[in-house]
Amino acid sequence: MALRRARTPRPLGILPLGDCAAYVEFSETLDLQVNAVVQRLAAAVRARGVPWLRDIVPALGGLALHFDPGHSELPAAALEASAALVDECLRKGLPELEAVGREIELPVCYEREFALDLEDVAARAGLMPDEVVRRHAAREYHVLMMGFAPGLPYLGGLDPKLAVPRRATPRAEVPAGSIAIANEQSVAYPYAIPGGWSVIGRTPLVLFDARRDPPSLLAPGDRVRIVPIARAEFERRRTL
Amino acid sequence: MSVRVLKPGLLTTVQDRGRHGLQHLGIVPCGAMDPVAHALANALVGNGGEEATLELTLIGPELLFEQQALVALCGAELAASADGEPLPHDRPVWLRAGTRLRTGRAARGSRAYLAIAGGIAVEPVLGSRSTYAPARFGGLHGRALRSGDELPLDPLAAELAAERYPRLAEHAARRGALRSVRWSAPSMTLPEREPIVVHAMEGRHFGLFDPAAQRAFFEATWRVTPESNRMGFRLSGPTLAAAGAGEILSGPTCLGTVQVPANGLPIALMADHQTTGGYPKIAEIAAAEVARVAQLAPGGTLRFARCTLEEALALRRAARARLEAALRALAWEYGR
Repeated sequence: MALRRARTPRPLGILPLGDCAAYVEFSETLDLQVNAVVQRLAAAVRARGVPWLRDIVPALGGLALHFDPGHSELPAAALEASAALVDECLRKGLPELEAVGREIELPVCYEREFALDLEDVAARAGLMPDEVVRRHAAREYHVLMMGFAPGLPYLGGLDPKLAVPRRATPRAEVPAGSIAIANEQSVAYPYAIPGGWSVIGRTPLVLFDARRDPPSLLAPGDRVRIVPIARAEFERRRTL
Repeated sequence: MSVRVLKPGLLTTVQDRGRHGLQHLGIVPCGAMDPVAHALANALVGNGGEEATLELTLIGPELLFEQQALVALCGAELAASADGEPLPHDRPVWLRAGTRLRTGRAARGSRAYLAIAGGIAVEPVLGSRSTYAPARFGGLHGRALRSGDELPLDPLAAELAAERYPRLAEHAARRGALRSVRWSAPSMTLPEREPIVVHAMEGRHFGLFDPAAQRAFFEATWRVTPESNRMGFRLSGPTLAAAGAGEILSGPTCLGTVQVPANGLPIALMADHQTTGGYPKIAEIAAAEVARVAQLAPGGTLRFARCTLEEALALRRAARARLEAALRALAWEYGR
């Protein structure tokens, strides 16, 4: 038990995020191990059911705790109370990562028609396009954070050979379901929005539907396994 | 029971107190840009506070009330009339069936709230009636009002008007065809003399900006640009140079976060802001001040006054006490 406790990193700090939130910072750089701790801490804090915490938001390098400023039980020193809460969760031990997220299969079609930037990524990575696809589909990804748009997952675990920067000029509209890469991560666009990441495929699944419960296909902490599909299968899955 | 939209206005959306608890899925809280004016408008028609109102932006709509209704208009001062009679602001007004409510251009402030007794009865989506136009959900069909829209009201809206208004009767005054009262609610968020002074704390990345930029942020007068919207207010002023610290890891943001993209011009995040962002955060606007910022129109000016977390908390407590006192007084008028 003592050993496990020693292995759980301590936050670098618990900082105010405005006067209505606290940011529990663990790392200023992308680190998948650190993010796993953030996900586990988020689950532990959520399980406490603190009434004055309105949003518990795991991000790449830390956890944001948003207060409900109108709640009658909000402590006067909510930042300090948040720090004590985090401390207690870390002391009592965090749930295992496997218990935090789900395992989800994401079908992706890498046909050229959907893979708008595949040639460009291949050229930058010094790989053949098929090799880019093989490497992208081979990895297991973790949802590190949701953000930028409702239902948009930041997926960690990208093959380092595919770590290309953002496109110099963002697209005015990236088609819904597009799978894209940049910054050592992969993302999936829940609906048509502007975006600067390199698009290499498309999923037929609906990533976000406000009238569905839950509205988002993916949630922080989920493990995502990609299943490459052909064009015909894409069409079939899309009409399901 | 519904209200017919004859003219939509510039940007008229259904908003309530927001969609909370889902930011971990990237779902933005939304809600009224000026929650103070929204709350006062609701209280003025005897609503509890959960009800949705219409948020009018700069130029208001023209609406036809098919049945009697009790309404209140708060926030930005814009010319408003009901069947040609001037509509008084910040007070409950009873409208007879068939009233045509015209609203014009905002003379002071930028966002007005029209509350109707019983509230606007669009279906809640993910726990809120607020419109989130970027993802096209919430409010009326996930978008701003258009001409010809039928805005659904609470089925009891006419009964509520008939029942609530007489409770105010001892204070009531007739003004032509309109019925209203002699008192009004205070306006709490309209810009006084510009530039308005907005308290803000140093943000997470304040230290990444060079000393000249740090000084300029708190000394300059900033102007709200026309590219501003419900997601963020883009400010023009001196260019703020960040010491080349490379890319910032994308992290959580909140209402009032001031971030600075590569062009050096700050963006203050407003009600429809994204839940995470990758630009350096130079400051965080005190939560109590965000509603006043939201009332600035394009071209409006502000200055940031540095404050500590303790000062921001004190401002928040004071603003809350002031609003709650006003809301209690209005509830008392309705015998609550």
